[in-house]
Amino acid sequence: MTDITSSLPPVERAGRFLAGEARWSWLEIGFWVVAFGLAFFFRSNHLLFAEIAILALFAVSLDIILGYAGIVSLGHAAFFGLGAYTVGIMARNGWGDPLTGLAAAGMTAGILGFFTSFLVLRGSDLTRLMITLGVASLLHETANKLDWLTGGADGLQGMVVGPVLGHFSFDLYGTTAYVYALSVLFVVVLGLRVVVHSPFGHALRAIRDNPLRARAIGIPVNRRLIAAYTLAAVVAGFAGALLAQTSGFASLDVLEFHRSADVMLVLVIGGSGRLYGGILGAILFRFAQDAISTITPQYWQFWIGMGLVILVLAGRDRLETVGRRIVGRALPWLANKEAAR
Amino acid sequence: MTLALETRGLMKSFGGLIATNDVSLQLPKGARHALIGPNGAGKTTLINLLTGVLTPTSGEILLDGRDIGSLGVEQRVGLGLTRTFQINQLFPDLTAIETVALAVSERQGRGGDWWRRVGTKGKVLDEVIEVLDRFDLTDRMTEQTRYLPYGKQRLLEIAVALATKPRVLLLDEPAAGVPEGEREEILAAVADLPKDVTVVLIEHDMDLVFRFAESISVLVAGAVLTEGTVEEIKADPRVKAVYLGEGDV
Repeated sequence: MTDITSSLPPVERAGRFLAGEARWSWLEIGFWVVAFGLAFFFRSNHLLFAEIAILALFAVSLDIILGYAGIVSLGHAAFFGLGAYTVGIMARNGWGDPLTGLAAAGMTAGILGFFTSFLVLRGSDLTRLMITLGVASLLHETANKLDWLTGGADGLQGMVVGPVLGHFSFDLYGTTAYVYALSVLFVVVLGLRVVVHSPFGHALRAIRDNPLRARAIGIPVNRRLIAAYTLAAVVAGFAGALLAQTSGFASLDVLEFHRSADVMLVLVIGGSGRLYGGILGAILFRFAQDAISTITPQYWQFWIGMGLVILVLAGRDRLETVGRRIVGRALPWLANKEAAR
Repeated sequence: MTLALETRGLMKSFGGLIATNDVSLQLPKGARHALIGPNGAGKTTLINLLTGVLTPTSGEILLDGRDIGSLGVEQRVGLGLTRTFQINQLFPDLTAIETVALAVSERQGRGGDWWRRVGTKGKVLDEVIEVLDRFDLTDRMTEQTRYLPYGKQRLLEIAVALATKPRVLLLDEPAAGVPEGEREEILAAVADLPKDVTVVLIEHDMDLVFRFAESISVLVAGAVLTEGTVEEIKADPRVKAVYLGEGDV
């Protein structure tokens, strides 16, 4: 693109380039407008929407470590589950306020994230997979054993979740649940948009691309990874807390292996390292799951698996090019706006 | 004259193999020094010892008179000892601006800032452009590194190292693999490095060494075979023997 900007002094051009990278796109704005707008429509689907927002938040959290920092994890449910149990136990013991519960869940998950981050600093991807898997299993078994606290295999009975901001009670349709979950997702994404364009965010991408060189230009790699892992744990803790609060229940299911595996699938489907990939993936994954399971209730996993194999074999880039072309035909105005950026 | 970089009796052995054998170097500030030697002479091990990737079995490493032997890689960079790599070690997804800004932000102590955009505080961008300009990289600074031609990547390799403002810069075969047409640009960039930076060139290519270096150490089997000016080394029959045996030069 040769345009007027090429006549600017380089410092100015560099500044504009970096500002442009961080600018809101029309697609982004449109997405949030539609997402919040949905609160007024399709009331019977709001519980599903809330679930999608929670899964999206969980996937966004995995994206911080996998997509940005390059840490693979098969045990991200550890933080999700800890968040869920934190608000669950608080709510059962008389502290049902959602927002303070959410904060507490983020904190406990963050503390666990901080201490376990030291285990994933070193080693290959395989080592990291095994360690994260192990940590999640440990937590699962601990929750199972401590049945006086967690209810064990029966789950946590008797959670009383109060109204959000002391005003909005959770309703049967899930409208409050949806708006609440979506708002948390929105605030987290707002925050992460800042983080990924900061020196810290760039350092994470550098570490993912080439940890050897990152260190050789003075980046304290371990310190950055610890911070990223802790941050991701906090966000996963939020997601788990939202699930427990909106469903009024927490059981061992929140710590199961399939949670960690599903969220990885979601991120792979939506694309990692782009913040919105987790959200897109969650939407596709849950709708596909919903649509396929109405057609063939027993074998929906077969088709999800099939879709995943095609996605990986065909390559995301190729599918995206096709997708762009379709969008370009259908909505030329939007496509032009995007291209102009 | 103070020494920018000094090693005293540096040793490294892997089991029975002595990879670095009693290497003592003394490089004054602003020196243009070359480290040469046939394959397997221990050049890579020596770089790894200097930069902190490996811990020496015995001996000392001093940067501006300060013992840095126990410091980690990034701490040494912070004190002013930076290296480049023989095979490009860059960040394929980052642009040249972002790559150099990383080094500048880190040096200014803003590398951990997560609450503001890159380059919105301090003179980060001015410094980034100054470095990119020096290596003639501003034209394509908004492209991801993976799309830059090899020669440009080679320049970026040096640029990002220089952006850490090193006192001592270790250049590991800067022109390695560069096609003939782009070679001159790299050599000129190396020759134009700031005068106050001490440069250690680890090189196979004798043309480059003789053109650039003021002094040379010849490494053979982990030990310094001889040291001297370019003329002395050129005339040294032992050096010739080492290299003739290799079929180089």
